[in-house]
Amino acid sequence: MTSGGIGRSVSAWVLGGMGALASGLAMANPEPNQLNMTKGVSEWSPYAMHMVALWVCVVIGVVVFGAMFIAMFRFRKSRGAVAEKWSHSTKLEVVWTVIPVIILIFLAHLATGGLVTFADTTGSEMTVKVTGYQWKWRYDYVDYKGKGVNQVGFMSKLEESSDRTRQLRSNLDPDKVQVDGYKTYLLDVDKPLVVPVGTKIRFVIIGGDVIHSWWVPALGWKMDAIPGIANTAWTKIKEPGVYRGQCAELCGQDHGFMPIVVKALPKAEFEQWLASQEDEAKAKAAPPAAAPATPNAPAPAPQG
Amino acid sequence: MAHEATHDHHDHHHAPQGFFQRWVMSTNHKDIGTLYLIFSLTMFFIGGAFAMVIRAELFKPGMQLVQPYFFNEMTTMHALVMIFGAIMPSFVGLANWMIPLMVGAPDMALPRMNNLSFWIMPFAFILLLSTLFMPGGGPAGGWTMYPPLSLQGESIAYTIFAVHLMGISSIMGAINIIATILNMRAPGMDLLKMPVFVWSWLITAFLLIAVMPVLAGAVTMLLTDKYFHTNFFNAAGGGDPVLFQHIFWFFGHPEVYIMILPAFGIISEIIPTFARKPIFGYRAMVFAIASIAFLSFIVWAHHMFAVGLPMGAEIFFMYATMLIAVPTGVKVFNWVSTMWGGSMTFETPMLFSIAFVILFTIGGFSGLMLALAPADFQYHDTYFVVAHFHYVLVTGAAFSIMAAVYYWLPKWSGRMYSETWGKIHFWSSVISVNVLFFPQHFLGLAGMPRRIPDYNVAFANFNMISSIGGFWFGASQLIFLGVVIHGVFFSKKKAADRSWEGAKGLEWTVPSPAPHHTFDVPPVIHDDELAHGNTEH
Repeated sequence: MTSGGIGRSVSAWVLGGMGALASGLAMANPEPNQLNMTKGVSEWSPYAMHMVALWVCVVIGVVVFGAMFIAMFRFRKSRGAVAEKWSHSTKLEVVWTVIPVIILIFLAHLATGGLVTFADTTGSEMTVKVTGYQWKWRYDYVDYKGKGVNQVGFMSKLEESSDRTRQLRSNLDPDKVQVDGYKTYLLDVDKPLVVPVGTKIRFVIIGGDVIHSWWVPALGWKMDAIPGIANTAWTKIKEPGVYRGQCAELCGQDHGFMPIVVKALPKAEFEQWLASQEDEAKAKAAPPAAAPATPNAPAPAPQG
Repeated sequence: MAHEATHDHHDHHHAPQGFFQRWVMSTNHKDIGTLYLIFSLTMFFIGGAFAMVIRAELFKPGMQLVQPYFFNEMTTMHALVMIFGAIMPSFVGLANWMIPLMVGAPDMALPRMNNLSFWIMPFAFILLLSTLFMPGGGPAGGWTMYPPLSLQGESIAYTIFAVHLMGISSIMGAINIIATILNMRAPGMDLLKMPVFVWSWLITAFLLIAVMPVLAGAVTMLLTDKYFHTNFFNAAGGGDPVLFQHIFWFFGHPEVYIMILPAFGIISEIIPTFARKPIFGYRAMVFAIASIAFLSFIVWAHHMFAVGLPMGAEIFFMYATMLIAVPTGVKVFNWVSTMWGGSMTFETPMLFSIAFVILFTIGGFSGLMLALAPADFQYHDTYFVVAHFHYVLVTGAAFSIMAAVYYWLPKWSGRMYSETWGKIHFWSSVISVNVLFFPQHFLGLAGMPRRIPDYNVAFANFNMISSIGGFWFGASQLIFLGVVIHGVFFSKKKAADRSWEGAKGLEWTVPSPAPHHTFDVPPVIHDDELAHGNTEH
């Protein structure tokens, strides 16, 4: 289910009427007092599915709770109501079994479409391997546009100022941790994952020690990083920007301090960046005296 | 008539003299029921204290009070204590007290085993809680104990032994309940004349027997992985960490229904009483509970949509999960229809039951949203999930237990509790619990993961509101404690045998307080005196 697909086919009326729950702004990163899911910045997003399900629930809720409140006001003993004797109605029971089934079939149809789209990682133009460690991420660039990437990979962990501020009773103000005016406390890393926009990127996600989960809300999904299993997922980011997320599976004491930052660049800029990284890797590997640089091999897992 | 029969006889059967004889050696279903209820109330406050630590640390961004590791111990212990110590034992306590009274049996079928199944529990929890004071600390890998993380903990052996004990206790309790319901009913109390509460427990007991051994197996495999170098869950040795999740949730999903089906039963007793109208669609209600129980076995992987299941599996588990909405919807509609055309009054048990129906349904709605796998890729492991399961477990299970306590307390103690203070407790709880959990939906949607001790400043406001609601809700439960103590020991108002005007069913035909022994002579069943009315017409 691309957000566009659903938007066209079913939910124009729903999205039109959602009022306060969705301000017109697309909020890619968490904002203060944010009430709703981000619309996301990638081609595949569950936002529309979420809104449809939410409004289905709201409508059913209004009907059911409305009936309850009417019952509570009309059939009070203090208003002289006398209890009736009936306690069964096959017709009613058939009705309120069949109607929910129809609604569920409708929702299941939407959701199945969404799953099928998300499961399809074919046609990817780029592959990034993501490895979760206690408590940092490793990114290895595997290929780009059908060509292997030469030894570009790095660790990405919570940046300095957040790390200092988050120490117990540090007395440092989390509000002061900012990047370009956005308060990035616990949502910023020393080295972000850099990717191009408008490119179908396949992620191969594994766990280095325990189970982690790689989650950037703006991309619309999370995927567990499990030792011994290679999971795949994909994204195609539409707009350049910096998108922030966090590990979403309890992975030990610093689980809350394991942010993810994805920096989406226009294709040309990304290609420049990738070339510079490859050159750096080559330069490092060049001096024969130096230990063989093997950034592709996973670093030893720190024991916690 | 049952009433007279019990009056004639109960003088000959006094409760045992002496505290030790009465309360430790007890084989009487009422005393053991009381023990279970006191135990679970104690655990409710201990588990609640852990929750207060969590909400205090999350009051504002930055780490103020506890180390992250201790925070994880608190989240883990809060869950284990509330699930296995508070909710489950209180339902067992209600079952012990009420099932024999409701089916016209003199006691549980296996009274000595009943004593044993209770007394295992305090030891299990002393063992579990003692890990907090051990070097290395208590379990901190979440109540789900996912390996490999849980295997890093030092206290895993203690936790697992405690879980084994709890499981043994639950299984014995379940066997006892099944044996009682199937063998000890008074003549004429056909299965389809039993109160819905008895039905809900019969089905729950089968769920318990089916899944507690599965949990025992899973945690035993953890134990051998940790200490005997097996590799069930160790990828480096050819094992599979996801295998644990499948086994765990094959237990864990029915487990969440173990914590809600008896609540359905309780609510189905209380609403007809205060609506003065029999439950709508008795057979449909029983059938709905049975179908929910069946479905609970085939939906476990919806807790694992993000582990990278094959697409076919995701689709199967998504459809199966969504199906649960149908019988659950039938139950909600039937409760509303029971109220429709009734003659309602709003005593405290009824208020809690109405709050249950509304708030549990809200939890059901977020459950339906979570069932949609593509959307779950966003919701999973966020505060949206935390809000969801607290709506079903606090305003669902816990509220139903409070409703049950207010409803049956006059029968247990022979005195009426203070209606004014009961209502103060209700309004304080129902407002604060929404202040506590409703904003967590927003936090989850905005991107706050669960089980984190600190968060970005964007999440600050709703966390502060949630924490205020948390402290308020916690304090409200002290009122509950006060109302119960007053109602048991100090209330001047004697309860009538039929404590509530609209109350029907065998339990209201015996005196209040219920004498130590009831139904020495099986009662005669009058169809129109059953809680759900005469099911023949």
